[in-house]
Amino acid sequence: MDADTKYIRVYIQANMGRITAIAGNAFREAVRDRVLYNLVLFVLLLTGGAIFLGELSGGQERKIIVDLGLSAMLLFGVFIAIFVGIGLVYKEIERRTIYAIFAKPVGRGEFLIGKYLGLCLTLLVNVLVMGTGVSAALLYIKHGWDPLVLRIWPAILLIYVELAILTSIALLFSSFSSPALSALLTFFIFIIGHFSADLKGLATSMTSSGARWLFSVLYYLVPNLANYSLITSAAHGDVPSSSYVAAVVSYALLYVSIILATATLIFSRRNFK
Amino acid sequence: MMTVVEINRLTKDYEIGFWRKRKVRALDCLSLTINQGEIFGFLGANGAGKTTTLKLLMRLIFPTEGSARILGHDIAEVAMHSRIGYLPENPYFYDYLSAMEFLNFCGQLFGLSKVERTSRAKELLSRVRLDESKWDTQLRKFSKGMLQRVGLAQSLINDPEVVFLDEPMSGLDPIGRREVRDLITALRQDGKTVFMCSHILSDIEVLCDRVAILKGGRLAHVGSLEELRQQIDGRNVVEMVVSGTHETALRPYLPGGKDLRVTATPTGLRIELTKEGDVDEVIIALRKTGGKLVSVQPLRQSLEELFLDQK
Repeated sequence: MDADTKYIRVYIQANMGRITAIAGNAFREAVRDRVLYNLVLFVLLLTGGAIFLGELSGGQERKIIVDLGLSAMLLFGVFIAIFVGIGLVYKEIERRTIYAIFAKPVGRGEFLIGKYLGLCLTLLVNVLVMGTGVSAALLYIKHGWDPLVLRIWPAILLIYVELAILTSIALLFSSFSSPALSALLTFFIFIIGHFSADLKGLATSMTSSGARWLFSVLYYLVPNLANYSLITSAAHGDVPSSSYVAAVVSYALLYVSIILATATLIFSRRNFK
Repeated sequence: MMTVVEINRLTKDYEIGFWRKRKVRALDCLSLTINQGEIFGFLGANGAGKTTTLKLLMRLIFPTEGSARILGHDIAEVAMHSRIGYLPENPYFYDYLSAMEFLNFCGQLFGLSKVERTSRAKELLSRVRLDESKWDTQLRKFSKGMLQRVGLAQSLINDPEVVFLDEPMSGLDPIGRREVRDLITALRQDGKTVFMCSHILSDIEVLCDRVAILKGGRLAHVGSLEELRQQIDGRNVVEMVVSGTHETALRPYLPGGKDLRVTATPTGLRIELTKEGDVDEVIIALRKTGGKLVSVQPLRQSLEELFLDQK
């Protein structure tokens, strides 16, 4: 086997290894930059909620704990997805750490996917710890087993999937624009995404064909994040069907794949001056 | 001799300005070849296009025109980068990692096994003389010189065939510079090819087999130091040091014209000749005036003089 064949073979075999290495490094960066310290704040919020709010709500304490816990989980997650997500690429370019990376056999797509998976792993740890915290709070309030402890987890899964979509959008924007603009645009997408159904309604009710076209395009471009918002139903103990969960998770996988492919296309043409 | 790096009419334009964009040419039709096993020095003033060339070769930026091949492969081929090493100028690495963790991460990017990564990292950190007590310290606590050593180590983690070094002596103290010089010499002995940009001309002069000088993005000169001296200044200056005589006594016997310059020294005279044939006439003149010949030596322009001539 000549040197060329050997290195090309090693390169292809190492493809997943490189993505895993970059993801692991992004996770380690988040941990060492104390991103997970938000968990402390979450635990304090939840403990306070469990002790005080439950007593004020006249038998509604379980519902309030789930509402408060899952909403805080989404809010904290959105902050991490946006502010850490936009820095994933920007920081590397600004600090020139990217120079030593791309001189190695690392494709730009591999780099983006690795970074994305690293932040998804950070969010997963965050969501799992917070979910466990909410479950523990429910057990504390009931002083025993509560079926809600298990029933909230499909909603937690969908919160995580929503955060994964939002992270991919933050990464897309950060592959070509400034951090401030990326944060703003990602936040807009988060807000508009929760009113996706209204966009469709607007598209059909408009008289101008231009406006109809604009709202239709927005409806299909912006992810339908309302699909992932099951916090209220989870607080009532409702569990979504497995087919619903499978459908929205598949939609998320497709959406994230398209977003990451677009980000890779843009990033692959970028000059690092 | 096998060509390792082949640069063909490589050109890079940058667009500057927000509304009215205009093009600035950072590199203009650079063509170069670098052979296997040589240490090639890349010289030029600030903004001459040295770092732009390296960034193009490392595919950090894309050429406006032209092409380049390393080890027979187009620079756009990602797999080819398994066979090269690169030290960026003023390296900045992940400062939350320790030196060992960073080298381990770099090894992972090359697909090395854990055992290979660990042994290679230890070997390289020893080779660049990084104090063992600092191996597990976070890079944010490192001095510039220590970071430079880590940068050199990471550029060699994959045992590359070609190493590109952008200002490898930057931030190093005299001992560190000496150690890096020895390291680069050892790389040549191992059969590696080294392409280095440096502002420290004495290092280039000591280390490099061939040198290229860039001026305003264009290749001004390329060749061995001897060839460069010939290209830039065809004169061969010979210096003669004599004693026991005076200029006034010697002058009538010396050849005239601009090819000879006499300077008085505390012990005698220093005579610079640009015609080698005049040496005999000076010796005859010395015999006639009772002077003594102390030394005769060709005077070579230092690389610094050559470089300054090009600025």
